Amino acid sequence: MRLFWNITLGGVAEGMIFASVALGLVLIFRATNVINFAQGAMAMLTTFIAFSVFGKGVGYWPAFVVALACGLFLGGLVQLVLIRPVQNKPPLNAVIVTFGLLILLEGLAGAVWGNSNRGFPAAFSQSGLVIGHTAIAFSHFDIFIVVAVLVLVVLVAALFRFTTLGLRMRAAAFAPEAARLLGVKVSWLLTLGWSFAAVAGALAGLLVAPTSVFSPTFMDLILVYAFTAAVIGGLDSPVGAVIGGLVTGLALAYVGGYLGGALEPIGALVMLIVVLMIRPEGLFARPTARRV
Amino acid sequence: MRLTSRRRAFGWAGRSAVAATVLAMVTAGLGWGGTAGAAPTTGITSKSINIGATVPLTGAAAPGYDEIAPAMNAVFKWVNAHGGVYGRKINYNYVDDAYNPSNTTTQTRKLVLQNQIFADVGSLGTPTQAAVQAFLNAEKVPQLFVESGCNCWTNPKYPYTTGWQPPYTVDGKILGAYIKQHFAGKKVGYLSQDDEFGQDVVKGLDMEIPASQVVSRQTYDVATLAGPLTTQMSALQAAGAQVVVLATVPAATALALLPAAEIGYKPQFVIDAVGADPPTVGPLLSAFTSKGGGNASQASAAVGLLDGAITNAYLPAENDASNPWIAVDKKLLQKYAPSVWSKYGLDGNTEYGLALAYTFVQALQAAGKNLTRQGLINAIAKSGKRFVTPGLVPLSYTSKVHYGYEGDSVVQISPSAPPIVTPNGSFPGETTLAGPFVTSPGKGPVKKYAGKASTPPRKLATTA
Amino acid sequence: MIKLRLPGWARLPRQPMLRHLLFGALGALFFYLLSNSLSSFNNFQLGEVAVYAIAIAGLSVLTGVNGQISLGQGAFLAVGAYTIGELEVHQSINLVFQLLIAVAVSAAVGFIIAVPATRLRGPYLAGMTLLLALALPFLSDKYSSFFGGDQGLITLPPDAPGSIDPQKWLTWIQLLCALIVLVLLGNLLSSRFGRSFRAVRDNEVAASLAGVHVARTKVIAFVISAACAGLSGALLVLSTGVVNTGEFPLSLSIYILAGMVLGGAGTLTGAWWGAILVVYLPNQWSQSLANAFHANHLVGANLAVIVFGAVLIIVMLLAPAGVQGGLRWLGHRLVTVSTVTKLGSNISVALQDQPASKQDRGGPDSETAATSVD
Repeated sequence: MRLFWNITLGGVAEGMIFASVALGLVLIFRATNVINFAQGAMAMLTTFIAFSVFGKGVGYWPAFVVALACGLFLGGLVQLVLIRPVQNKPPLNAVIVTFGLLILLEGLAGAVWGNSNRGFPAAFSQSGLVIGHTAIAFSHFDIFIVVAVLVLVVLVAALFRFTTLGLRMRAAAFAPEAARLLGVKVSWLLTLGWSFAAVAGALAGLLVAPTSVFSPTFMDLILVYAFTAAVIGGLDSPVGAVIGGLVTGLALAYVGGYLGGALEPIGALVMLIVVLMIRPEGLFARPTARRV
Repeated sequence: MRLTSRRRAFGWAGRSAVAATVLAMVTAGLGWGGTAGAAPTTGITSKSINIGATVPLTGAAAPGYDEIAPAMNAVFKWVNAHGGVYGRKINYNYVDDAYNPSNTTTQTRKLVLQNQIFADVGSLGTPTQAAVQAFLNAEKVPQLFVESGCNCWTNPKYPYTTGWQPPYTVDGKILGAYIKQHFAGKKVGYLSQDDEFGQDVVKGLDMEIPASQVVSRQTYDVATLAGPLTTQMSALQAAGAQVVVLATVPAATALALLPAAEIGYKPQFVIDAVGADPPTVGPLLSAFTSKGGGNASQASAAVGLLDGAITNAYLPAENDASNPWIAVDKKLLQKYAPSVWSKYGLDGNTEYGLALAYTFVQALQAAGKNLTRQGLINAIAKSGKRFVTPGLVPLSYTSKVHYGYEGDSVVQISPSAPPIVTPNGSFPGETTLAGPFVTSPGKGPVKKYAGKASTPPRKLATTA
Repeated sequence: MIKLRLPGWARLPRQPMLRHLLFGALGALFFYLLSNSLSSFNNFQLGEVAVYAIAIAGLSVLTGVNGQISLGQGAFLAVGAYTIGELEVHQSINLVFQLLIAVAVSAAVGFIIAVPATRLRGPYLAGMTLLLALALPFLSDKYSSFFGGDQGLITLPPDAPGSIDPQKWLTWIQLLCALIVLVLLGNLLSSRFGRSFRAVRDNEVAASLAGVHVARTKVIAFVISAACAGLSGALLVLSTGVVNTGEFPLSLSIYILAGMVLGGAGTLTGAWWGAILVVYLPNQWSQSLANAFHANHLVGANLAVIVFGAVLIIVMLLAPAGVQGGLRWLGHRLVTVSTVTKLGSNISVALQDQPASKQDRGGPDSETAATSVD
């Protein structure tokens, strides 16, 4: 029974990690209708910046804030310089540009900081909480991850549901011409969408790095699983990203725990196919009318 | 006077070889060295030897492994600064394959067909090097000292291929024999990487540890290793394993030790040498205790997770200040690879590269002045067992056996041992528990090695 | 704009099938001459170009023509590659049959995946195929006694007849396969199937109203691309001589996708440009550019990666329709310019048109009868 709970808790912690990255993907997809494969690499870059700042001895939280600020700047910059020119081109062009950016950023980080594996500090203790006399596979830092992801999802959902800014961002992404006619400054809203997503990404980087091995490629696999999570949840649903993350994390944990660790990716694939067979556009996607 | 100093420079070779070298250098100096010796072989002239390698310098496999080739080059630079081998300076051309066998295939063909290398020396990885084994042998290019403990480097079909480190099965047998003797009756669990490396270590462990003693066998796939191995460590804990063997790469060692600490699971860890180097694994563990605002002292405290772990070693411990090889290693890195030294210092990876390069220089010297590819292979088969290298046991080379060191010692990572100090921090050192042992990857018994450890040639020790 | 008219003998046959055969024959001649003038290493790379052209052309049919995004072609390359590996391990049969079996097995696996996959749209399909490319190759580690694990299965290249350089022989085989595949795909795209592929891409509802069986069409496109990828994988591991884990990383699938888009999505000629970029850009050109900077070893290795990423982005920004699209644009401009300047000579060319074309028709038409085994 203890094994089951530990596997479950481990899966939840890992799932929230996936959710944190998936949220950024959803945000960009909602705001600009693009899948950003460089989401992980951008988070890697801001996390490295935080690492350098932290190394100067300024303490953890200032470094944390610097990373988020860099995310805000980086996201906007990427959209302005790289994404805007391909925004109205075939959708695959943006995909290739984000792949190019992924490769470019990993190379840059390797050249500046080296390709070594590192440890990265966590905001809170990573020792398991003690219940009775046994430590469980859930730490203060895991609680922080859960809280941070939940706060983020509430903010994102509120942005799109309750603010005119969010409404305009959706309009700008999905009906740019109509939005423009209504006086919405479309191009700046798209930039803002990328900035917000990159801040979410920067947060994700800070959450992932302490639980993983920190290097220029440390977000690659996380991105694949986060993309899986976002697809399961429905690509334009922030709540779906969190549920998708949890489903993915738990599926990996149960397959690893009961069938063998090497079968984890196959297990994730089977689960993804099953979910998409039942809901081809993810669990939480709004049904979209097909254009005729 | 000059002759004496030359003799020291080539202290590894026999006297006649020294004389021949001097002759070669003199003739080269007089300008008619080019015609001396046998028919020209690809990649060598009277003044140079062109060798190459494919190693991961970028991508997920680069961390740690990207230090090895630059460290090797430090030895070659020292050799070149002291006249080369028989007057030939070594030109080492290592290129990135990102640990992708398709890249290895292309880059190796480029090295052989375009850059005209004499030999491929110190290329890294089982899948990567397996992909070019047939090609290199068909081209009769020596594939020397492959950086992998696969048993597959001994294969009569591929006489030009030679391994270097002990086979993973040998690692497993020696650790298994130690566990069987010192942890009799205890419950044992495995966590192994689900590939050639992990499977071979487990094969070796299973040859020694009774099957009834093994209570849990966990695996992971390195290509999909994204986060902590909480599931596997929980399963080992639930099975009640008191001794846990990790056949893991350094990143996976950290991702196993972290969740074990999280759930308060403290078995006796036994870690295969591949994933146990404290300066490599230590920094990955620092995240555990350096909470918000953590500092360097907390970081080194986290390495405590490695304390008491048992591992195996076929090279001297980096903290063994009394070992003359360690002193030479440090001096060579400092002088001939300053950027590597200032970034990594002497850790498990750079020490590995230096030792492998010493082995290659020995092989060149044994091959003599009239260097040919076949001559080099013959020399390794003939005198490989007598090569003077930092290894704790001899190399196993004969004409039939092409894997590397015959065994290793069992050591313990201990906070009371002198620390290993690198630019990245201070890490617990190692003390020897037992050994060194030798054995074969097959059914042969694990035996204590009776011979003595080697010391560096005098010239190397004095001029490094 | 004044249209340039070429004399009949210089005009391409109207029948698409004949046109593609003509292109194929010209391509064969070109590559024969090219490979004879190249060194062994350059022949090896030429063979790789051919191999990647097959995979990229297959993906181009799926993504460019039919509108389904796949990030997982590497998985089907692995299927084809391991099929060849198993065939060579267990029995020695003729290479042609080996390749056909590899195509059949990967098409079958493609079909199994296609049934759920083709129900998905855009990014959802991308997500599923991405995970497929991650998961599938590592069955080889899990079941290493069958698939060979890290050491892999030996896939020795075929023996060359006579005194032909074995590398050149293999390159010829790879090029021949690529030309055959491209001719077949070209014919397919100009047939009824090609029209329904495009109709489904442009508007599924309209296509189904026009009588196109949407689901079946998507499955066919998926299976075709999987079969191409399987053949590509089989030919690829004949070059390496071994098939093992790690040969099919995620990055391979991404390179193939990038090659398809950079070459020109939906165009078969673009597959060649894309393949050239996939073979030469990451390992050769980026490396040479990086070497030009004389950086120290760590920065140097990463510099090649930086250059590769930057070039991907720059090409995409400068040539949104890929290399083939860019060339077409350039071609149109050149034709327009030359038409204006050489108007006089064109008139005389046009005058010669009539008699020559009659003579021309005879040959190809009689060929049609012989080759139209549809």
